[in-house]
Amino acid sequence: MKVSPIERGANYLVLVGFALVVLGPIGVIVTMAFGPKDASAAREGGAFHPENFPEAWEIGRFGQYMLTSVVVATIVVVVSVLASILAGYALGTMRFRGATLVFYIFLLGIMVPTEAFIVPLYFDLRVLGLTNTVWGVALPQIAMSIAFGTYWMRTYFRTSSLALIEAARLDGASSMRILWQVLVPIGRPAILTLVLLVFMWTWNEFLIPLVMSPNGAVRTAPLGLAFFQGQYTQGTALLAAGAVMVALPVVLLYVFLQRHFIKGMIEGAVRE
Amino acid sequence: MSDGTTTVGRSATRRPARSGWVAWAYLAPALLIYGAFLLFPLGRAAQYSLFEWDGLGESTFVGLDNYVEILYDERLREAFWHALVLVFFYAVLPLAIGLVLAALLTRSQVRGLGFFRSVIFLPQVIAMVVVAVTWRQIYAPDGPLNGFLRLIGLDSLTRPWLGDYTFTLPAVGLIGTWVCTGLVTVLLMAGMSRVPRELYEAARLDGSGPVREFFAITLPTVRGEITVALTLTIVAALKTFDLVYVTTSGGPGTSTTVPSYEIYRRAFQLGDVGVATAVGIVLTIIVFAINGVVNMIGDRK
Repeated sequence: MKVSPIERGANYLVLVGFALVVLGPIGVIVTMAFGPKDASAAREGGAFHPENFPEAWEIGRFGQYMLTSVVVATIVVVVSVLASILAGYALGTMRFRGATLVFYIFLLGIMVPTEAFIVPLYFDLRVLGLTNTVWGVALPQIAMSIAFGTYWMRTYFRTSSLALIEAARLDGASSMRILWQVLVPIGRPAILTLVLLVFMWTWNEFLIPLVMSPNGAVRTAPLGLAFFQGQYTQGTALLAAGAVMVALPVVLLYVFLQRHFIKGMIEGAVRE
Repeated sequence: MSDGTTTVGRSATRRPARSGWVAWAYLAPALLIYGAFLLFPLGRAAQYSLFEWDGLGESTFVGLDNYVEILYDERLREAFWHALVLVFFYAVLPLAIGLVLAALLTRSQVRGLGFFRSVIFLPQVIAMVVVAVTWRQIYAPDGPLNGFLRLIGLDSLTRPWLGDYTFTLPAVGLIGTWVCTGLVTVLLMAGMSRVPRELYEAARLDGSGPVREFFAITLPTVRGEITVALTLTIVAALKTFDLVYVTTSGGPGTSTTVPSYEIYRRAFQLGDVGVATAVGIVLTIIVFAINGVVNMIGDRK
């Protein structure tokens, strides 16, 4: 298709304009993070202040919060992906009474807003002594990720090769063996995408750790940042450095695996 | 069950039949966790919403009083109204921008599309708290936005963007636009790239311009993508919590409070658990209704 040079030029203009609109705010926060901490630091000169990062890490206790985030995210990713693979396998390849109903029940969980069940869950977990523990923060997120993960894995298993399953069965492989030695290896892209999405949602989650750990014992990185903002209002440089550190793990993953991310977000575009 | 694969039924040939208990064994871990930590508390929410309870002492059964209160409480009515305004900024505006942008990009051969796609999608993966902290700095009284306005001589427009009764809600909404536009655009681009090139060439030969082309060919093909985009962004708008919590805490006054913020405030700060859960149930019903309506319109041929 022929496109006139003027039209193409206009397209580039729009492209660059929008890229700037998106990157502008990100540039602002990164610039601030490397900027002078206060007026006296600005007077001393030097435009580049990487020492803001270790200082924010120390004052904002981001080391501790990042570690909590890593622990919570690991638990949520491992448990929810394993449970989703098993459940998706059952829903995607087996016929049994109630399969459709179970599928719709999981679908419901993708749409229910966290706000709807977090309040009673907090009071019930408080009775069980699970609030202010890693499990109190992780379990609700595992439940939410399982709803989406089961849906995701079911879609994958439904489209995976039936001939392959049949052949393995004729060879006398058990259903467990078929799952782990045939379907999971060839389904690595689908599983990797699920791991990425669940990791991102868990790392970025705010409401669940806020509610489930009111005393701050299990404070994740985004919460640490929000509270840092509340307490540390004088210098914006340290706050900006903290913001960059909290965003960095997911952004780095995104930069390296953006194809998987975009594909995953679009194909699984049901949660959020 | 001597020979499972010959079971009568259309899907029997597609999916081999299995005995039931094996399937349930595979489902058990997922169902147990999901049931205990999402379904059960959802049921409990419906139950809690019928009681008056401060989170500590005795609870009293009040029937539907908490729901009636939602109707009469001005602050709550306002919160739901704000959520609607946010729908405009999270869903309607990104859809309008995304349609134009995606149409421009798919019908021309420009270099660097892949790079551009990755860039506009970036806000989607950044934690909302980080986005909120960033924009708080941008909107600050002596922040970059006001600095820019002064620079180009528009001093009269400068204001504390997050401290102004009229402008704070749109200012918060525009952050949502910034986050959602990339997702919507990339979704639409995926849909538009499905349109066969010959169709556009035929349209060109018939002498139709870009605008006619857009309404006659492009728009009808991406109906499905529009449905998905609207569902996602509307739900995101209705559930806004971290953005409001970090940027404004619902203020100034009550000018940016939203339902999810009210749920948090009432349940954990005011000790009004009954009303908080009732708001949660209402919010869920609204989310389901909007999903239903958008998909119904989207499916109509």
